[in-house]
Amino acid sequence: MSTGETAVHVFIPRDSAALSAGAERVAQQLAQEARVRKAQVQIIRTGSRGMFWLEPLIEVETAQGRIAYGPVKDSDLRGLLDAGFLQGGAHALRLGPVEDMEFFKHQKRITFARCGAIDPLSFADYRAKGGMTGFEKSCTMKPEDIIAEITASGLRGRGGAGFPAGIKWKTVQETSAYQKYIVCNADEGDSGTFADRMLMEGDPLLLLEGMAIAGRATGATRGYVYIRSEYPHAVTTMQQAVALARREGLLGAHFDVQIRVGAGAYICGEETSLLESLEGRRGQVRAKPPLPAHHGLFGLPTVINNVLTLAAAPWILTHGGKAYADLGVGRSTGTMPFQLAGNIRCGGLFETPFGLSLRSLIEGFGQGAASGRPVRAVQIGGPLGAYFAASSFDTPLDYESIAAAGGMLGHGGIVVFDDSADMAKQARFAFEFCAIESCGKCTPCRIGSTRGVETLDKLLAGEARERNLALIGDLCEVMTDGSLCALGGLTPMPVMSALRAFPEDFNNAARQARGLNK
Amino acid sequence: MSSPDHAPDAQRERVMLLAGAARDEALAFAGCKGEHAARALASGLLPALHSLQAEFGCISAWMIEPLAGTFNISQAEVRGVVSFYHDFRNEPAGRRVLKICRAEACQAMGCETLITRLKERHALTPGETSADSKLTIEAVYCLGNCALGPAALLDGEPVGRLDPSRLDQLVQEVRR
Repeated sequence: MSTGETAVHVFIPRDSAALSAGAERVAQQLAQEARVRKAQVQIIRTGSRGMFWLEPLIEVETAQGRIAYGPVKDSDLRGLLDAGFLQGGAHALRLGPVEDMEFFKHQKRITFARCGAIDPLSFADYRAKGGMTGFEKSCTMKPEDIIAEITASGLRGRGGAGFPAGIKWKTVQETSAYQKYIVCNADEGDSGTFADRMLMEGDPLLLLEGMAIAGRATGATRGYVYIRSEYPHAVTTMQQAVALARREGLLGAHFDVQIRVGAGAYICGEETSLLESLEGRRGQVRAKPPLPAHHGLFGLPTVINNVLTLAAAPWILTHGGKAYADLGVGRSTGTMPFQLAGNIRCGGLFETPFGLSLRSLIEGFGQGAASGRPVRAVQIGGPLGAYFAASSFDTPLDYESIAAAGGMLGHGGIVVFDDSADMAKQARFAFEFCAIESCGKCTPCRIGSTRGVETLDKLLAGEARERNLALIGDLCEVMTDGSLCALGGLTPMPVMSALRAFPEDFNNAARQARGLNK
Repeated sequence: MSSPDHAPDAQRERVMLLAGAARDEALAFAGCKGEHAARALASGLLPALHSLQAEFGCISAWMIEPLAGTFNISQAEVRGVVSFYHDFRNEPAGRRVLKICRAEACQAMGCETLITRLKERHALTPGETSADSKLTIEAVYCLGNCALGPAALLDGEPVGRLDPSRLDQLVQEVRR
């Protein structure tokens, strides 16, 4: 590797998904080959562009702009160099400019505009690509005016609940206290979601900028990012970004941030449980009220927002709340980074204004199941979200439409299953997962989840069908109405939606015919 | 687990040192006072447990008492925290740790086949360590690599599109 002035810039992601596909080996092999061939190459590590089926996707800066190649294996590099890929030469893996690719060009990248394009730990690159303008603007504004922009944008909590961010911020701003906190919920535990991870690995300074803006707006001078331990690379990148942001003055005495690492408890993604965990206790849910905005961390006023909520703030400040509100549909304003996951041919992150149909994402951009078989079901919004059959794929993707269809958008994850899926097994897993991850504080969740597994097992063993079906319905009602938080309260959603949309999978004769009862 | 080259007293001192540092850092950062500071005192407990596990390999029973003293909470409370979180172990893991995702997105790609294969071909079960102490298998629920499942993490390094033959190869390499 050389850093001479004439060196060709090659961008190779260090995102976890890209690493899982061999990006590290590709970077090493390129450096070695370049040395051998005395080619002037500067390797720049980036986040991911979010087209995971093409990872490792590498880009070369050429006279015609950035040209992408992928998926590149380390064993492809000699061939690529022979084909002149450093000048954008033709090759079977050549994809052309990322911006021209079908999956990419129909997106509206606001939050993820820089992700995959820049070195996440270069402050100069961050600034050159529009970073810091939101924070700098916020420094010239009164707290009330910052909050007015956020409120005008219609931004809603991206963690799942969809609560208006402006109201949360305003409540904290209006609560007087000598110390307030901004807590970023980066405990992204829902299967099928990876947007928070991608952002923290690909554009961590954006999150810190959003938190600093929230700090200015509410009067908070301390912030925490609570990241799950399953994301070791995101933790490292965020820690480096905090050190960098302190050196560059984004963080400092006016507002500082600490990175905290979770310890493998799904429930800590629930906001009050996360606060308990930050306080060094078991991650048990707190009853609300009092709201965290009044009595949050250590009993002091606290804004607790998801990564994507906070990361939307800089754009809103730069372009104005109205510009954000002009995107999307109805009360679902702005963009949502949808995450296509599971059995999908072209899986990845697709940021778009709300309102796109499920079908265009799954069958259009996602190109159906990875197995090549028909898509049978999708689960939207993580393990607590509903299962939908192919007949519902024309539902638009926004908070209200998904709720009207009996589901929840959650954090925007869409997990695809092909026709080999056993939906009774998925319903059983929903109960099982709830039993494993329940914090134990309330009875419907702690006991109900286990009873749910047992009752489903009886049903699938062909025992007292009608009675057990009725029992599951009753149990789900109790869990929905009687649980303290979303874990117990929403576990019925995947269970009941699977029962409604795929009744044949709960029918023993039909199961036998499909060979599911082994 | 005490290692032979350290006297228990020295280990205890080391625990107090690490835990005390985590406590002081957390408290200083929290910047609060009075009743709030009393609550913030224990906020260094999770960072302390992470650093202890990184150094000692697990959270041993003998650490509970110095931890309780450091954070001014009861031993029962420390035990309660340690047992609540899946990450903290009471005995060290094997030399390598393979975390396999068993959540929905990986289920859709057949992760359960991998779990069955581990059991049948390698006599390995999630939550257990191989008899030669070379490999611990853990089930996790989501690694955030849901478009390249089945996903795994080998000593913190992500592995995507894991299939049975790749899994066999991985296990053989690790246990060699």
